[in-house]
Amino acid sequence: MTMLRRGDFLAGSLAAVGQALEGTLFAEEIGCRPGLLQGLDPRVKIGTFLLLLIAVNLSRSLAVLAALYLLTLLLAWSSRVPLGFFVRRVWIFIPLFTGLIALPAILNIFTPGQPVLVLWSNPLIAVTAQGLRTAAFLLLRVGTSVSFAVLLILTTPWNALLEALGALGVPEAFLLTLAMSYRYIYLLLHTASDMFLSRRSRLVGRLDAAEGRRWLAAAMGALLDRSFQLSNEVYLAMLSQGFRGRPRLMEGFRTRGRDWLWGGVSLFVALGAIYLGS
Amino acid sequence: MHIPDGYLSPATCAVMYAAAAPFWYRASRRVRETLSHRAVPLLALVSAFSFVIMMFNVPLPGGTTGHAVGGAIAAIVLGPWGATIAISIALAIQALFFGDGGILAFGANAFNMAIVMPLVAWYTYRAIASRSPLASRRRVLAGAVAGWLSLNVAALCAAVEFGLQPYLFHTADGTPLYQPYTLEVAIPAMMIPHLLAAGMVEGVITALLVTYLQRANQPILALAEPTAGVTGWRLWPLWVGLAALVILTPLGLLASGTAWGEWGADELQGLLGFVPQGLEGLSGLWPAPLPDYAVPGLGVVPGYLVSAAIGIGLAAAVLLVIGRLLARPGAGARPQV
Repeated sequence: MTMLRRGDFLAGSLAAVGQALEGTLFAEEIGCRPGLLQGLDPRVKIGTFLLLLIAVNLSRSLAVLAALYLLTLLLAWSSRVPLGFFVRRVWIFIPLFTGLIALPAILNIFTPGQPVLVLWSNPLIAVTAQGLRTAAFLLLRVGTSVSFAVLLILTTPWNALLEALGALGVPEAFLLTLAMSYRYIYLLLHTASDMFLSRRSRLVGRLDAAEGRRWLAAAMGALLDRSFQLSNEVYLAMLSQGFRGRPRLMEGFRTRGRDWLWGGVSLFVALGAIYLGS
Repeated sequence: MHIPDGYLSPATCAVMYAAAAPFWYRASRRVRETLSHRAVPLLALVSAFSFVIMMFNVPLPGGTTGHAVGGAIAAIVLGPWGATIAISIALAIQALFFGDGGILAFGANAFNMAIVMPLVAWYTYRAIASRSPLASRRRVLAGAVAGWLSLNVAALCAAVEFGLQPYLFHTADGTPLYQPYTLEVAIPAMMIPHLLAAGMVEGVITALLVTYLQRANQPILALAEPTAGVTGWRLWPLWVGLAALVILTPLGLLASGTAWGEWGADELQGLLGFVPQGLEGLSGLWPAPLPDYAVPGLGVVPGYLVSAAIGIGLAAAVLLVIGRLLARPGAGARPQV
């Protein structure tokens, strides 16, 4: 939930929609750059990232978590992901919420323990050693998990990701729906963006909240209407193109030497992290 | 409400995937039966719609804004099973392509927002709207309540999932490994803003969308209506709910002390210093077959689960017998509602 000037929900929504469009276009661009992770077989990449993600979430040691976070930075650097962009994307936008949650946990009110910094003596309010460790666990674990997820997203074009999921056994009907949904999100985002822009360009003064909500509901209703119309059109198009109820995904992956090497290294890292962090 | 990775232990994530799996299976079967091939584009477009409206800032009184999830309106137009698939796909896209919501925590997020939310929204909407005409104001109210209630139940599920973490997963010195707040902090911290703000947004948006569809496109609103002769009320969600409650019964082990007013004679001795004479005489009257929900030969948690299952089975059997006794001859001829 964000604080905005009254009537600025149009600008807020426009910004959110624009950010989503821009973010994925940038991700596609990074996904096509030559780099370490971009050169891997997506099936191997998904499998190993899942393993690393599990290792991050099983580790009971802060040092191991910190080492795994450094690994994500190294991987980003060797995959030509701009480091500033990568760190910002993870630490500013996503765990802002987590930071707010972790902060009170450092105090003795929520995490009793050895006081390291007394803020108030009567009643005692202090930062505790256990509290600091608790907050560090949460922040580092969330930050490292998100870093791995973002790396996977940034270095894998979406169609390759879908095909790899298919090869790994995710049902094809689910993937076909997912692929179609992903494609139409852009169309609907553009339609929504046009609606917000046209409403905003006709706005003189401020829109009160109740009027704003009514307009927004009408915009959403129109979008829902459009979604149903489109689904009928898409269905007819699918039939005319020979869809017989069994989706097929293209698949042309080849596992090479470097994939095996990467698979071996990440298996070693994940098992090592689980062992050292247990 | 999108739980990121790092809040829940991998064990909890695995349990939540396992909890979501039967619902996904059932949803895909139901959708295939009712919508056939047409389902693919319809579900894809509704999931894209739900994804897009999650980005809309809804103005709230006081100058703040919030955003809707869209689970309630999806359930109203597609029915609970179609909505389960559509919202699951929207959540998968958010996790896989936008990094919003965890990949390991996807099962938990889908359970809360794509399974619990549409099911609660659908049954609330059906209960209030009943057989009222499509254009009636009662349906607007039904939409509002369905949106508000379903989001709050989903938020409660999320709060319980991460509120359980500090009890279950901590280091030897007691430092929590995942989300650190216990249930008594996690539940109010999650529920107060959802009851007062986020739930309101979902309720208002669902009601306004129902109003819009009543005026502009009633056939969409009629799409998921139970057809004549087919009952919209099946008993199985009740059984699923009961099963979930049985599974949650070991939560009772986390509470310290005894429920107020349910003290045994020995506890009264400690509390009052004496045991009332009448009570002392009565306390040996009925030796419980499963004292303190413990089953001889089983551990504490399995004992709780078995006790819960036996309790529900007995209650159901008693109700069945009473129902049979009360059923008058000829009552079965009444049309099923």
